[in-house]
Amino acid sequence: MWALSDQTILKDSVEAYNKDHPDKKITLQLFANDDYKQKLRVAFGAGQAPDIFFNWGGGALNDYVKAGKVAEITSADVDHGRFTPSVLKTATFDGKVYGVPCNGLAPVVLYYNKKVLGQAGLQPPKTWDDLLAAVKTLKAEGVTPLSLAANSKWPTLMYTEYLLDRIGGAQVFARIAAGDASGWNDPAVTKATKALQDLVDAGAFGDSASSMNYDQGASTALVYTGKAAMTLMGTWEYANFVKAAPDFVSGGDLGYTVFPTIPGGVGDPGAIVGNPSNFLSVNAAAGDKAVAMTYLKEYVLNAAQVDAYLKAGSVPPVNGLEAELAALTTADRPWLEFVYGLVKKAPTFQLSWDQDLPSEQADPLLTNIDKSFLKQITPEEFGQNMSKAA
Amino acid sequence: MSPSTADGRRRMTGAVMAAPALVLFVLFGVVPLAGVLVLSLADWDGLGPLGWAGLVNWRDVLADGATWDALWLTVKVMALSWLIQTPIALALGLFQAPRGRGRAFFAVLWVLPLLLSAVAIGLTWQALLDPSFGIGSAPGLGRLARPLLGSPELALYVVIFVIAWQFVPFHALLYQAGIRQIPATLYEAAALDGAGRKDRFLRITLPQLRYTIVTSSTLMLVGSLTYFDLIFVLSGGTGGPGTATRVLPLAMYITGFQSHDMGAASVIATVLVVTGLVLSLITTRLSGFTRMDSRQEGL
Repeated sequence: MWALSDQTILKDSVEAYNKDHPDKKITLQLFANDDYKQKLRVAFGAGQAPDIFFNWGGGALNDYVKAGKVAEITSADVDHGRFTPSVLKTATFDGKVYGVPCNGLAPVVLYYNKKVLGQAGLQPPKTWDDLLAAVKTLKAEGVTPLSLAANSKWPTLMYTEYLLDRIGGAQVFARIAAGDASGWNDPAVTKATKALQDLVDAGAFGDSASSMNYDQGASTALVYTGKAAMTLMGTWEYANFVKAAPDFVSGGDLGYTVFPTIPGGVGDPGAIVGNPSNFLSVNAAAGDKAVAMTYLKEYVLNAAQVDAYLKAGSVPPVNGLEAELAALTTADRPWLEFVYGLVKKAPTFQLSWDQDLPSEQADPLLTNIDKSFLKQITPEEFGQNMSKAA
Repeated sequence: MSPSTADGRRRMTGAVMAAPALVLFVLFGVVPLAGVLVLSLADWDGLGPLGWAGLVNWRDVLADGATWDALWLTVKVMALSWLIQTPIALALGLFQAPRGRGRAFFAVLWVLPLLLSAVAIGLTWQALLDPSFGIGSAPGLGRLARPLLGSPELALYVVIFVIAWQFVPFHALLYQAGIRQIPATLYEAAALDGAGRKDRFLRITLPQLRYTIVTSSTLMLVGSLTYFDLIFVLSGGTGGPGTATRVLPLAMYITGFQSHDMGAASVIATVLVVTGLVLSLITTRLSGFTRMDSRQEGL
């Protein structure tokens, strides 16, 4: 089995499996994030792939499915009903499930610094107009309204994802993801791109956004140092706040809320975007599929592993966790309940577009998002460029 | 022994001596190159079976404006790198060449960037140039607190600056070595003839450094043609902002390993190889390097 080296809870569960099955052990190999995807691709191309592999679901997994490299996981193998349906959808292609969720939910939420908003006399924005008004007030206070690591490009994409979902509803992108490239020319796409440019024009991101790389941590630091008021990011950002500024979190200065609603938008205000979860999938050419399925069925997100994730500050996509959450004594409980409630209520959970689209479209997408953020292209050109790239 | 057999034997020993290097070169140089050439005519996503594409990849890549933008950026990086690095490296080399403790101290000081890996340099400069938490927040340096790497107009020049910062010390070392090779008698003779500092530099140092300049320039030009790692790190792996720093090698990597279009990536790779070969041929031909004539005949 191959996975990422930061998946320590996964590692523990493999060790537990090996202890119970000394005759049919699973060998786990862990890799750094950067080159994992390339390594996996090369290994599959060369017929040296692992029996079980860690992945992100979506279009990248579908590449492997279409090439006939992934085994279907039937409901006889693993009980599908245990997992949040909107999450399982990310690893379901043509009605067949090809991956089992294996770690925490990662929807994108709006974080804010309570002190900064309070000093400006503001409430966390509930609507787009609230947000635009807050941008104005915060700018006058000399604070960057929204901290954004635009140099990494994918953080900017999060805005467009939410804007399109709120303005046009989930079906607009669903059409694009299903392979209809003309969907990029939908008026809702143009409107969403335009809305982001409006935000740029209003000075919402300050001057430094395009220089900030997410991995450098500056976009996070701006919020906990009070130089910026808000940031839109995945749930992993919570752990970053706890790690970099424990007092900021324990002092109760970190707030979080859902992305604002947009007047006139047809999307469900409860819909979310982000990374539903990571998945474990089985190689179609696996030597011993039974071993793989036993592991997936009995060890992935079993009671002990769910407990470990909750204690570590992330909620896995398993149904009926309310009692476990309520019984938690850790300081993260309100946060975990917020995330779990958000996902449970969400009618749709759109996977990040760069992961959902076939991998050859990820780079054109991110490049055009960045160009539109930098205002090198118009909202119309964004749609045209993307429909050409597809 | 007839002269012809001695000749034959010498040729034999030559072949035997060259064999190991030749085998390695063919194995790790020529064979992969041929593979890339074949791939450039194929349709392959790295996963499924290899399909024959003919010249489709070539047509697509050459018709894509992004390829030409990347090529133009690469040419810019090459030309500006050469223009900036050569005079600075030469000046530093001139300073370092005479022996002396003070000079040695500085020579050690500015050779430091050479010891760091490109990734470390990239991450360090990225942090240094951060508009909120970088050197711009130091007193008196407020003018640097601006989005340098984030500006589509400035990012490429920042990259060229950091490349120069990394490689000038190496070329300064080359020039230092070259200057130390120049016989002192030349200068003494010139001094007797009443040549000033400027004349000695223009008429002795520069001509004597001809081959050093050729070597250093070839390394700079071909090196910046394939320069990848530092730009990759500085732009967060994307060649951004937008495509402002997406040079050809980076375009090749993104096409091949992120978009999984190995055919198109191989076309770019072939273009890079050919450009590199032509460049080094031109520099060596123009300079008479291939004739291997001595600069110190009659000394």
